[in-house]
Formats: sequence, C-alpha cells, structure tokens
Amino acid sequence: MTDVPILEEDQELHDPQSFITRYIWSQDHKVIAIQYSITAIAIGLVALVLSWLMRLQLGFPGTFDFITPESYTQYYTMHGMIMVIYLLTALFLGGFGNYLIPLMVGARDMVFPYVNMLSFWVYLLSVLILVASFFVPGGPTGAGWTLYPPQSILEGTAGYEWGIILMLVSLVVFIVAFTMGGLNYVTTVLQARTTGMTMMRMPLTIWAIFTATILGLLAFPALFVGGVMLLLDRVLGTSFFMPAIVSMGEPLAYDGGSPLLFQHLFWFFGHPEVYIVALPAFGIVSDLISVHARKNIFGYRQMVWAIVIIGGLSFVVWAHHMYVSGMNPYFGYFFAITTLVVAVPTAIKVYNWVLTLWRGDIHLTVPMLFAIAFILTFVVGGLTGLFLGNVVVDVPLSDTYFVVAHFHMVMGVAPILVVFGGIYHWYPKMTGRMLNDTIGKTHFWITFLGTYAIYFPMHYLGFVGVPRRYYSFEGLEFIPESAYDLNRFITIAALIVGAAQLLFLFNLAWSLRYGRKAGTNPWRAASLEWQTPQTPPKHGNWGPTLPVVHRWAYDYNVPGAEADFVPQTVPQDGAAPPGGVAEAEP
Amino acid sequence: MVMAVVLLLLTIFTVWFTFWSPWWFTPIASNWGNIDEALIITFVICGIAFVAVSLFMVYCVFRYRNRGEGSAAFEPENKKLEWWLAGITTVGIVIMLAPGLVAWKDYITVPEEADTLEVVGQQWSWSFRLPGEDGEFGAVSTKRIYDTPFGLDPDDPNSLDDILVDDNEIHLPLGRPVRMNLRSVDVLHDFYVPQFRAKMDLVPGMVTYFWITPTRTGTFEILCAELCGIGHSDMRGYVVVEEEEDYRAWLAEQPTFAELLAEAGFVDPDRPTRLTSAGVGASATALKDERNALPDTARAAVTR
Repeated sequence: MTDVPILEEDQELHDPQSFITRYIWSQDHKVIAIQYSITAIAIGLVALVLSWLMRLQLGFPGTFDFITPESYTQYYTMHGMIMVIYLLTALFLGGFGNYLIPLMVGARDMVFPYVNMLSFWVYLLSVLILVASFFVPGGPTGAGWTLYPPQSILEGTAGYEWGIILMLVSLVVFIVAFTMGGLNYVTTVLQARTTGMTMMRMPLTIWAIFTATILGLLAFPALFVGGVMLLLDRVLGTSFFMPAIVSMGEPLAYDGGSPLLFQHLFWFFGHPEVYIVALPAFGIVSDLISVHARKNIFGYRQMVWAIVIIGGLSFVVWAHHMYVSGMNPYFGYFFAITTLVVAVPTAIKVYNWVLTLWRGDIHLTVPMLFAIAFILTFVVGGLTGLFLGNVVVDVPLSDTYFVVAHFHMVMGVAPILVVFGGIYHWYPKMTGRMLNDTIGKTHFWITFLGTYAIYFPMHYLGFVGVPRRYYSFEGLEFIPESAYDLNRFITIAALIVGAAQLLFLFNLAWSLRYGRKAGTNPWRAASLEWQTPQTPPKHGNWGPTLPVVHRWAYDYNVPGAEADFVPQTVPQDGAAPPGGVAEAEP
Repeated sequence: MVMAVVLLLLTIFTVWFTFWSPWWFTPIASNWGNIDEALIITFVICGIAFVAVSLFMVYCVFRYRNRGEGSAAFEPENKKLEWWLAGITTVGIVIMLAPGLVAWKDYITVPEEADTLEVVGQQWSWSFRLPGEDGEFGAVSTKRIYDTPFGLDPDDPNSLDDILVDDNEIHLPLGRPVRMNLRSVDVLHDFYVPQFRAKMDLVPGMVTYFWITPTRTGTFEILCAELCGIGHSDMRGYVVVEEEEDYRAWLAEQPTFAELLAEAGFVDPDRPTRLTSAGVGASATALKDERNALPDTARAAVTR
C-alpha cells in the first residue's frame, strides 16, 4: 500500500503562475508554512511585550501607573493564551509540520492542498479576532489563560463584557483551522509517503508531529465544547458551569452548573496540548542531534514507541492540574500514578538523546548548541513536573511561582530553543542561504543563559509560597525582602533576553540577502528533505519524478560506507546495513 | 569546549544554588511535615537524575566533539540498555511516589476527633463559621444571603448557635486537628496559608475540605490561591494560632447567629455583616473601583 505514490510519475505539473497564487493564495505547503510561521512569530512578539509589562510590575512594583491590577490580569491572560495556542501550536504544527512533512516523506504536497491553504487563513482570522479583543470596551479578558468559570464570565473579571466573548470565538475559529490542517498532516503521513518510505523509515520529526496532530484532533474537541458551553453561559445565560451564585452585590439567575466540569473539559484538552507542543520539539531535536553529531539517533524504535506511548498516556493524566480543585480526592491517587508513569518513556527519550551524543562526532554548530541546551533545560523542566505530579507535594506548590517556573522551563524555554535550532537548521533548505554564524552564537548564548537565569531561581520563590497571578505582594510578611531583589533581577534578565531576540529577527532578514550560499545539503544530512533537486524546493518538490527511499533517515558513519552519511535515496546494493532497521520492501 | 564548560558550570551552579538559596520553605506551622518530607525525597531523586544526566552530557560534549570525519560509532539501538534504564527510572519513580501517596492518604483522611470550621470566601474577603455548642452547622444557602447573615436558615435549630466570624481573621487553638469546610458564594477561591502547607479550592455550589493541626502559635497570612477576579491579590486574611485559653477568650467574643438575629431583627442596615445584602459585593465593587482609580499609596491601604 505504501508504495503507490499519490501522483503518477512523469505527470505534468501545473505550477501556480501569478504572484498572488504563488505567495498569497498559495496551496503550496511551503508557502503556507512560512505564512503560519510569520503570523505566529508576529503574535508571539506581542505576547513577549506583554510579558515585559508583567515583569516590570513584578520587578518594580508601583513604578508604572499604567499597569493596574485589572490590566495586569489581562497581560498574563493574553500572554499565556497567545504563547501556548497561537504561537507554539501554530508554529510547530502549522509552521514546521507544513514545511517538513511532504519533504520528509517524499510527497509533492499535502493531500488536501486547498483545505491546507484555508487552514492558514482561518488561523489568521482567529488571530485577528483575538487581537480585536484589545480594542473593545473593557479590553481583553483577564480570566487567566485557563478561563475558569464562574469568574471568567462575570463582572469582577476584566474583559467580561466583550473580551471573553472574542477570546472564546477566536479559540473556536482556531480549532476549525487546526482541524483542517491536522487532517492534512495525518492523512499525508499515512497515505502520501513515497515508494520505500515505510513508517519506520520516517524521521522522528515526522513521527512526533504526526502523533502530536492526532493528539490535537482528539483533544481540541474538548476545548471546543467547553468553549462553546462557556460562551452560551455568558451570552445566553445557560448554566453549564454556573451554580447559584451572587456577583458584585447581585444574585444571578444561574443555577445547577458545575465549575469543575469546565476544568475537566479544559484540562482533558490542556494536558495533551502541552504534548502537542512538546512532542514536535522532541522529534526535531532528535534529528538535530543526529545530523550534527554524525550519528544515528540512538534507539530509533524505542524513540518511536516512546512518542506513541507518551501521546497515549497524555490523555490519562489531565487531572494533575486539578489536585486542589476540590474534585474527588481519590482521583489524586490515580492521576499521580499515571503522571509519574509518563515520566518513564520521557526519560528514555532523554537518555537516548544523550546516548546519541556519546561516541558521536559532535559539531557544535548553532543548531547543535540549541539542541544541547534543550536537553539541559528540558531535564530541569521535566523533573520539576515530577514534584507537581506527586499529588501531595503539589498541594503547597500549586498556584505558586513553582508552577510558573516549571511550565515556562518545560514549554517556554525548551521548545523555543528547539524552534530556534530547527530554524537555524532548515533555513538553508528554505532559502538556499546560511544564517549568520556569529549572530547565531550570540543569540544562542544570551537566550540560553538568560532564560536559565530567569526561570531556574523562580522555582525557589515557589518554595517560599509566593503566589502566582498576583499583581502585588505588598503587605505580605512571609515573603522576604530578598524575594523582591530576585524579582528585580529576573525582570532585568527578561528584558535583556527579549531584546536579544531582535538579533534573531535581524539574522533572518539579513541572511536572506547576504547569507553565505548553502548549496543543497550544507549539513550533509541523510534525511529525504535534503535530497530535493532544487534548493529551495520548487513547487512540487521533487521535479518530474518522485524519489525512491531505500533506508532509514539515520545512516551516519555506517561501517563500510565511503562518506560519513548515506542519504535515504541511496539503494542498499543488496546488503542490509548492519544493525539498522532493515525491512523488506512491501 | 565552551559548551562543555558552561554545562558543567550550570550543573554545579544549580546544585550549589539549592543549598545556598535564601528562598526556601516558610517555617512550617502545621502537622504536614510529611509533605515537606515527600518534597525533599522527590528533590533528592530528581537531583540525582539531573546531575547524572548533565554530567554524562558534559562528558560526551567534551570527549566526542570534532573528532573528525568517520569517527562516530554506529549503534542503532541497545535494547538491553534501554530496559535497564527504564527499570532504574521506574525504581526512582516508585521511591518518589510511595511516600507521596502515603502522605496523600493522610491528607484526605480527616481524623475523627477533628473540630470543624467553615471558611466562606467571597470576592474579595474571608469569613468563618463554627458549629457552636451543638457541634452541627445550620443549613445555609447562597440564595438566602441577602436575607440572613451567611445565608443561614433561622428555622433550622442547628443554626442558632453557629458562631459567625464576619472578619478576615480567624483564631485556631494550638494542637487541635481541625477540618476546614470550604464554601464560596461567587467564584473559585483557594484558602492557602503557606506555613500550613495545606490548601484547597473553594468551589461555589459545593463544599470542599482539607484538614490541619496547627503546631505552633503565631499569626499567619491567608492568601487566595485561585484567580478570582481583579481583587485576587488583595483577598488576604489572618489565622491566629493560640493557646487554648486565649482561643476560648476570643471565641467567647464572637457572636452567634441567634445573637445577631436578636440584636438586629433580621438585617440591621447599620450593622450589616459582609454576607448580607448591604455587605455582599460592597467590598467587591468598592474595591474594584478604588483599585483602578487611586494612586499607589492609597491602593496599599485597601486590604481589608
């Protein structure tokens, strides 16, 4: 089944001709990927600025009058929602997924190119709706990115007039976009792999994005229904989540609903969501390490299993976000066990990354630097997750800065390092030019050391018990003076790291014109995307004939081979590679 | 080379920081030392894992950098090693989880002899209720809080001796276990005293709980630990833990429901409790308007 290509070989290709159809209303997955990426990065910069505003208040409380308790809640809400959904999810799946999937599996494009194009424009619409919430009366919602009812739709929370409505509508629209894109990614991987590209010859980047997409297709519906029900509670006065309560001096007409129901729905989505972000990072970093250490990823099959098991388990851990929610306490046993169980396949992946470095030939290129930094920061962030997963230990730590430090380290620092590493790695493929190395290394060191300086000490504020989502700690005697000094330090580090990202943006733009010409395969990588006839690949990717694949994506330093890598398209010459994943052609 | 050195320094720094850090647990004031212990065990195991993985990575980055083309090994997998690693990891997980789950069992099992205290949260203040001499709480309803203090039912015989602490400050007797029944009249809140370690959300429409035994005297700050609107950071209170005698003296001063009813008819507009129509939300709306209008110095004063 897998060796029937979508297109007949030697079929005439009809390329788009006009500027509009090539770069605007384009159905080419590469263009769509870049559109997604630019949009995601742009809205991500907005969220970055919001984070500065928060840090200014935390580092220098009382100094900036325009930062009020109300606006502070709006900053952290919009920052969180933008970063998780509109930046990370869109960038990893819409950006990296769109660009790499057809190239890495040997397809000409996604299987539903028109729907793929629509998915971007619907995503853009969702971003615009979200941005509109900054300009409506009452401003954007300040309900926290988790949007918990009852407060999220009540007076007493910023943005309850319009902001929350626009947020929920924007999320619903995003989910439509995600579904359209997601169906493309999954179907393309299952159906459009070229001759010889079996599932077990796909790079881990694809396995990871594929699994993450399945997670999304199954998890986003929970957010969808939760969001629609919350919208109905807000707009029509239904009581899905609203018990009989009072608000701002008035009894409300709601009755009989359950706030915990929303939390279950939200986190049933929310936990797989973090793996939707993390799994692509895992996959990409496996490929970065492998290429730049000239060594096959250690334990490829175990890595595939780990991705799939992590994906599956991610659906049975959600209530570790709800240990102190007031849910049935016996759930605590179950979810603590499942949460700590998922640590095992995750740990295997960490071991395998480091074992790939072991006895390798490590080139400390910019992508490799980011990959190594990922391993360190992911280990820290992942381990602190075990504190929070161990139910009773979570009790004093929940809603403190320990949680904030944990999720930033494991979702904000580690995956972002992979985003950078991945862009430095694949930019030559996309543009035919290398990103500037000196700027890259400078960007790397400031970002790596800076984010560590921001988030590592923050955990200890959590040990003290400093609460999150607090506008001010004034008057709290249990917080020592030194904590204010630490907050000031973290703020300054955050401003520096934020500013350093300008280096990256400059590098992207500058290198388009002045970057060193890269040739077709500057990293000498074995995976299929580097074997296109043109760089950057033209529409249709492979020229008149689809490639044929004969081996897995990790033949580096194969004993007996001439070069230190063998591309996937090179035939076996009859002999199976020693120890490799040799499968008979179906 | 630089990378290997930096990684090594970061690893050393991380371990050193843990021991040097001035930011550590607040001194505990409750029986939940076993939570601290479970945390320390988790910390030690995770610390060992972190140091092991980091140092191995430092070694690899140093030893195997730029060895020249053709120098890397070719080893697709090693199933035996993977199983061993999985096994060791599982053992580490079990060592962390077991004491944690034992402590969790304690956490959710209220001792029989525990007293009961009801904590009532609203935007943005705390109130408290004790069951009084009959040891039973009277029936309450959020729908009634405009009619009677705390929404109590005056026809329920259990309510009359309920002691109502219409204040952000609650006293507890030293050494007596107490179960906190948590109730909210509007949105989610969370009753958190860092020195007690224990906390739980207040959920409107249901009653949640946790329990503690205060183990030292002192005045401890209550923080709201679940986002509850723009006044979330200001929803503060105090728990005063004192010796039995002092506690009884304080308790004697607190009014019962019957006394409030006798004093004021049903609702006295001159002496509204914060959970009656004049009071509910008054603190909230006033606080909301004030917080957004006043300059900073005034903001700090608006805490109660």
